[in-house]
Amino acid sequence: MALLEVTDLHTSFMTDAGEVKAVNGVSFSLEKNKVLGIVGESGSGKSVTAYSIMQILSGNGKIVSGSIKLDGQELVGAGEGVMTKIRGNRISIIFQDPMTSLNPTYTIGKQLMEAILLHTDRNKKEAYDRAVEMLRLVNVNEPEKRMKQYPYEFSGGMRQRVMIAMALACEPDVLIADEPTTALDVTIQAGILELMKDIQKKEGMAIIMITHDLGVVAQLCDEIIVMYAGGICEKGTADDIFYHPAHEYTKGLLSSIPTAEMAGQKLKPIAGTPIDLLNMPKGCPFAPRCDAAMKVCIHNAAKMKKVGEGHEAACWVNEKQ
Amino acid sequence: MVTTMDEKQTTNQPLLSVKGLKQYFRLNNGFFSEQVLKAVDDISFDIQKGETLGLVGESGCGKTTAGRTILHLYQPTAGEIIFNGKPIRTKKEIEAFRTKATMVFQDPYSSLDPRMTVSDIIGEPLDVQHLTAKGKERTDRILELMDRVGLNSEHATRYAHEFSGGQRQRVGIARALATNPEFIVCDEPVSALDVSIQAQIINMFEQLQEDLGLTYLFIAHDLLVVRHISDRIAVMYLGHLVELGDAEEICKRPLHPYTKALMSAVPVPDPNIARASKRIALSGEIPSPLHAPKGCPFHTRCPHATDQCKESMPELKEAEGGRLVACHRTAEVN
Repeated sequence: MALLEVTDLHTSFMTDAGEVKAVNGVSFSLEKNKVLGIVGESGSGKSVTAYSIMQILSGNGKIVSGSIKLDGQELVGAGEGVMTKIRGNRISIIFQDPMTSLNPTYTIGKQLMEAILLHTDRNKKEAYDRAVEMLRLVNVNEPEKRMKQYPYEFSGGMRQRVMIAMALACEPDVLIADEPTTALDVTIQAGILELMKDIQKKEGMAIIMITHDLGVVAQLCDEIIVMYAGGICEKGTADDIFYHPAHEYTKGLLSSIPTAEMAGQKLKPIAGTPIDLLNMPKGCPFAPRCDAAMKVCIHNAAKMKKVGEGHEAACWVNEKQ
Repeated sequence: MVTTMDEKQTTNQPLLSVKGLKQYFRLNNGFFSEQVLKAVDDISFDIQKGETLGLVGESGCGKTTAGRTILHLYQPTAGEIIFNGKPIRTKKEIEAFRTKATMVFQDPYSSLDPRMTVSDIIGEPLDVQHLTAKGKERTDRILELMDRVGLNSEHATRYAHEFSGGQRQRVGIARALATNPEFIVCDEPVSALDVSIQAQIINMFEQLQEDLGLTYLFIAHDLLVVRHISDRIAVMYLGHLVELGDAEEICKRPLHPYTKALMSAVPVPDPNIARASKRIALSGEIPSPLHAPKGCPFHTRCPHATDQCKESMPELKEAEGGRLVACHRTAEVN
């Protein structure tokens, strides 16, 4: 049994302009010890998928249908009481912006200990020791001194390390990282990614890495899901996605990146503008921007079909031959 | 109106020269104490006509301040900007310079006035600089500019909020082109955009350069983007230039220890390369520019630093094949 099993998840936001279907039939499973990457552009539904798993959607957001199972336990409709025990304890999340995720009025130590005291039966002394141990794990120098400091005394990279320490303090089974390095400089980003890789090996948890940066995914992930307009268009191993992309959107995304091989050549961008979730087309959501679009693409959305071992894509072009 | 490349190629003089540029900000912390933040500290470089110079570095290194000071959006603390052979000093010279040198900003959401229509945004520089008469001439020019950046004429009466990020950046570029500039400072123009849109805008920058003979100072932190668009790259660290050279060469074989670390940290979108590559880890973090270290600004994090590096500031001098490097130990390290 998979550690986390998401089946046909639909999440919508009710807005004045109408229902925005941010996540539209997403299914995937996550095994222990694996790093799953979810890539997509803004508005593709990657963050909303994560927030649905944690059930931390904003007021007008709602899981409309689908199932999310952690170790076989259904989380959709399980209620706040159950979710409070799961959040931070069995599934943790770190956010993009380490500047706003910490409370500026409490010391780092107090914030770290709060999570530990809430979720484990450690006493204050043990919680303090655990917090220091976690800071050491994420390579924060002089952890005892740092415990007494406030977030403003930390740099961006250090704050993100604290966030990781906080998320891992209760030994979660799943760590969701929502663009954890997007706000950081490249040299700091490289350090954080290496840290996550090391800790994952040491602690053996599963990670869901949400990012728009294909470089980050290539560094870290075993498996990758590519999302577009709230749905999954392709999933497979890192090698499948990078070396044998089977969806026109994935192909377009890869050829949009300026790599060393593209030196001196024009890039091949994806035409058009990102999709408007309030006006979704009838067929394949990518069809209006797709160079290879056929009649069938405009009228019918493609289903996920196997294109290789553990590699699936929802694209009519694969069925042309 | 458009100056072609050949007209200016007759002399070998650079389009723009930056000489010993400094930008210090005075910060008042309380009644008696005053601190000086050296955002840009003595940088010099030339940009040739039709060239793209990439300016890279991490946040706080002074790259944006450098771009803004070059356009005299900040009064330089010291140093000189020489444009087409003439130094820019007086108010009149600055005003004339600003028609020939414009800027594209990073954030297409906050750099456009939400209460102005697209045609007003693009038309504003035309009005301010009295470049066209009112009426048809102005409208025609606005539509021509919109066409150049791939916007429809029907977009003219819309407001910024009706557009996606990529389209807004197109509006920002049309505004920068309105005065027929020769030189554009592009300050992180694609970093707020999605990958697929980013490629559209990069291609457009290249096309505009070909068509109009433009010269760019392209400021960005994304090294893959800078490598793609630039002819030469300048690397900044704590307000100083540490390396400058041909874009491909500098990416393939960086010579300064900081450039080496920076290049090795770029996440390459290729799993096989990612698995094989070895990163040069830097100890510590960038020091605050308020307490910049003495000597080489990079010595606190440099794996090769010696006592000499702690004492004296290395000069930017030629290392090999036209490459400029500011490091005491270039020969030993490479």
